[in-house]
Amino acid sequence: MHTFLEQQKYLIDYTLAALLRRKTRNLGLLLVYTLLVFLFSSVLLLSQGLRREAALLLQDAPEVIVQKLVAGRHDLLPAAWLEPLRRIRGVNRVEGRLWGYYYDPAVKANYTLMVAPERGLAVNDILIGASLARVRQLGVGDYLSLRTTLGQPLPLKVAGVLDSASELLSADLMLLSEAGYRQLFNLPLEVYTDAVLTVRNPREARTVAGKIALAMPDSRPILREEILRTYDAVFHWREGMVFITLGSLLLAFMILAWDKAAGLSAEEKREIGILKAIGWETGDILRLKLWEGALLSLTAFLAGYTLAYWQVFYGGARLFAPVLKGWAVLYPEFQLTPTVDFSQILALLAVTVLPYLVATLIPGWRAAISDPDAVMRG
Amino acid sequence: MTLPLRPSHFALPALVILLLLFTLSLADAAWRSRTVDQTAQRTLVRELGLSDLALFTEARYTRHPTQADRHTPFQDHPTALEHFPTGSLLPPHPLD
Repeated sequence: MHTFLEQQKYLIDYTLAALLRRKTRNLGLLLVYTLLVFLFSSVLLLSQGLRREAALLLQDAPEVIVQKLVAGRHDLLPAAWLEPLRRIRGVNRVEGRLWGYYYDPAVKANYTLMVAPERGLAVNDILIGASLARVRQLGVGDYLSLRTTLGQPLPLKVAGVLDSASELLSADLMLLSEAGYRQLFNLPLEVYTDAVLTVRNPREARTVAGKIALAMPDSRPILREEILRTYDAVFHWREGMVFITLGSLLLAFMILAWDKAAGLSAEEKREIGILKAIGWETGDILRLKLWEGALLSLTAFLAGYTLAYWQVFYGGARLFAPVLKGWAVLYPEFQLTPTVDFSQILALLAVTVLPYLVATLIPGWRAAISDPDAVMRG
Repeated sequence: MTLPLRPSHFALPALVILLLLFTLSLADAAWRSRTVDQTAQRTLVRELGLSDLALFTEARYTRHPTQADRHTPFQDHPTALEHFPTGSLLPPHPLD
C-alpha cells in the first residue's frame, strides 16, 4: 500500500512538473474552467434555493383566491359576490381583500399596497417593508405623502417597519387601514380587489373552484396548488434560460479543452515516446494522464462549486441581482436557506469533469500504445 | 539533510482543503435547512394572504405572476410588445 501511494505521489510530482512547464496555458485553462463551474453552480444553487423558499413560504398562501374578470382582465370584485361565494358547499370562510399598486415617481418605484385589518392601523398609519424604508430613507414616526386618485396629497405616518427577515415577501409592501386605502384610491365601499376563501376540506379545493367557475362565469378562481406550481415553473424556466445562455460558454470551453487535451503537441508525444523507451508501461502513462486530467478538473470543480455556494447562500447572490432586478428600484436583501440536490451535483460533475478527463485520457492512450520509435520521430 | 520540496507537497494539501470546503458546504446545507426558523415569514403569509415573492417588483405581472392574467404583459394596446426585462425571463402563466 505504501509503495502504491509513493508511486502515485511521484506520478503527481511528474504531472505537476509537466503542467508547470506550460504554466500560462494551464493556469489560464484552470481559471476559465473554475469560472465555468462557478457560473453553472451559481445558477443551479440559486434557482434551487428560490424554488425551495417559495415552496416553503407559500404553503400558507390562501387556499382559493377569486378574481373578477372583465374582457379577460382583472377587475374589482363587487361586495355582493361574497355572500353567494359563502353559500357554495364546502366553503368555510370568505373575505374580501383590498390590495393594489402605487407608482412613486419620486424614486420611480412600484409599491404593493395592502389592507391589513388584523394590525388595527389608524386611518393615516402605515407599516412598510424594509426595502421600501431603505429606498425612501424612512423610519418609524416619519411621514410619507402619496397622491390620491383625486390629486390630493395624503400624508401617511410610518407606524412601523416590517421585519427585514421577511424581505423576500415584504420588500415593497405598504400595509394600511381599509379607510386609508379607500381614501387613497377613491374606492366605493361595495368593492374589493379580490376574495380569499378557506375550504373545509383542502382536498376539495379544486371541486369548489369548479363550482365557483360554474356559478360565476366571469370569475377566475386561483388555487394554492397553482400558486406553488407557478413558482416551480418560474424558477425552472429561469434556470433553463440561463443554461441556454451559458451553453455557448460551455461549448467554447469544450473546444478549448479538446484542443488543449486532445491535440497532443509534438513535444508531448515525444515525451510519451521517451517515457515508453525508458521502460514506462502503457498503464503508467494512462495513470499519468488520469492524474493530469483529475488534478485540473477536480481543482476547478471544487473551487468553482465552493465559491458559488458562498456567493449564493452567504453573499446574497449579488452577482445575479441585475438579472433578477430588471428595471425595478425595490429589490429585497435576502439570505436563502441552503439546499443541495445530490443528483444535480452529479449532473454538474458529469457535464464539467467527465468530458475533460476523457479528452485527456484518449489521446494519451493513443500515443502510449504506439511504437516509441515512431512516436519520437513524429 | 533536508529533502527538496516536491510539487505534490503543495498540490495534495490544497486539494484536500478544497475537498474539505466542499464537504463543509454539504454539511452546512444539511444543518441550516433543518434549523432555519421561518415562522415569522409564514405567519405574515397567513395573516395577509400573500401569494407571491417580492422578488421582481418592476411590473405588476412580474410582482404577482400567480395573480396576473395572460393579457397583462401586453396591456398597453392590442399589438403591444411585452417589454420589462424580467418579463423576458418569466414564462407565461401555466394553463390549467
